Amino acid sequence: MNIPENLKYSKEHEWVRVDGDIAYVGITDFAQSELGDIVFVEIDTVGDTIDADEIFGTIEAVKTVSDLFMPVGGEVLELNDKLEDDPELVNTDPYGDGWLIKVKMTDASQLDHLMDASAYGEMINA
Amino acid sequence: MKRTALYKKHVELGAKMVPFAGFEMPVSYSGIKDEHMAVRNDVGLFDVSHMGEFVLKGKDAEACLQWICSNDIARMKNMQCQYNCMPNEQGGIVDDLIVYKWDNSEYNLVVNAANIQKDFDWIMGQIQAKGFDVDLSDISDELALIAVQGPKAMELLSGLTELALDDIPYYFFNAGKIAGVEDVVISNTGYTGSGGFELYVWNKDAEALWDALIKAGESVGVKPCGLAARDTLRLEKGFCLYGNDIDDHSSPIEAGLGWITKFTKDFVHAEYHKDLKAGGIKRKLVGFKLEDRGVPRKDYPVESEAGEEIGVVTSGTQSPVLNEAIGLAYVSLEHSKVDSVIYVIARNKRLKARVVALPFV
Repeated sequence: MNIPENLKYSKEHEWVRVDGDIAYVGITDFAQSELGDIVFVEIDTVGDTIDADEIFGTIEAVKTVSDLFMPVGGEVLELNDKLEDDPELVNTDPYGDGWLIKVKMTDASQLDHLMDASAYGEMINA
Repeated sequence: MKRTALYKKHVELGAKMVPFAGFEMPVSYSGIKDEHMAVRNDVGLFDVSHMGEFVLKGKDAEACLQWICSNDIARMKNMQCQYNCMPNEQGGIVDDLIVYKWDNSEYNLVVNAANIQKDFDWIMGQIQAKGFDVDLSDISDELALIAVQGPKAMELLSGLTELALDDIPYYFFNAGKIAGVEDVVISNTGYTGSGGFELYVWNKDAEALWDALIKAGESVGVKPCGLAARDTLRLEKGFCLYGNDIDDHSSPIEAGLGWITKFTKDFVHAEYHKDLKAGGIKRKLVGFKLEDRGVPRKDYPVESEAGEEIGVVTSGTQSPVLNEAIGLAYVSLEHSKVDSVIYVIARNKRLKARVVALPFV
């Protein structure tokens, strides 16, 4: 299971890549493999400011549907519009072209509540 | 948790394993869509050894099956299979099953994994109540079942056996040697709608047969397939899944299984279903496609345009062949006609859908 060292992880299996006060958010390799073939990603919260642990969208796979939770609070600046035509990017490249949203963080200290790669790996028994 | 005789093979092949009906089963290997399309275009292998198998023998075997099954057993020829359901005494279905006829006094029954004990107890109860002179035995734990499904199934299998597979018509079976394994029962059956065969093999020989099928299948693009693809494949064809589309409370008449419900003979609670057929049903299982974006799931409510609750989704998925969201739902009769507009309540969203004719594909 791929768990990059440079990312932060939530217990809801999202990853965060930090760039100043901007955070890119996606789901982990483990999460995409649990969900299976992803059919589409539904995010209609662009422009909204959402607290950590609140729902920002849903992800529909062939077998199941799952909510997406904000790993850190902030304003949803944009969503990855490549997913409109190629939702399977979340399966094939979850940490790269399969990213979900770009967030302007309200309070970067919330990052301290997230896990590092080894803690996340332990959580999923990788 | 039980394991099938092929458990080690699935782990070696990198399958994702999940609990299903008390078994650790492969849900997918290379991906649902990939496996699904392999079966539609080429050929796929499924381990469905979790299914239950019973043997019913004795001089009253035919009479017993006529009583517990909805279809007309007397029409079966030797070495023929027949799709069936077992009605209960409350207007519902104990299980759906396939009956294999060796001759008038010996049949095999293939039942759903989740219902093995329930079915066995039910049939035993009927045997005792009616005094049928038969022996019922459960051989589920001794048998493995491999489904070889898809348009290239025949090509894959024909190099492995001297049995004349061309001479086994749809829903017939034979027995013999396949890939050096003796005593394999092979039937022209399956639940994918892409054609193919199902192979019943004793547990001790299951791995050898599986390996031979994988090896022989290399040249025709065989893929091991899991339960998830099995579900999307059957749903595209509008085939009912017990526990979803039919259950203890659904009549075969409502479920579109009138074609296996024959009133030319008596069976458990037949009058009730006969009245439903004559007097009209109140709800009906229909196929639908979503027109709004979403994926329907089991238990999502169904509403009319006016917002009145008119039914419930029993199965749903994104069809890999159509790339559209499809599902089955029970809806009240007045909304069941093809082209009726219905609304599926998906969590917090109201999604427009349209009733369509089955099969989807």
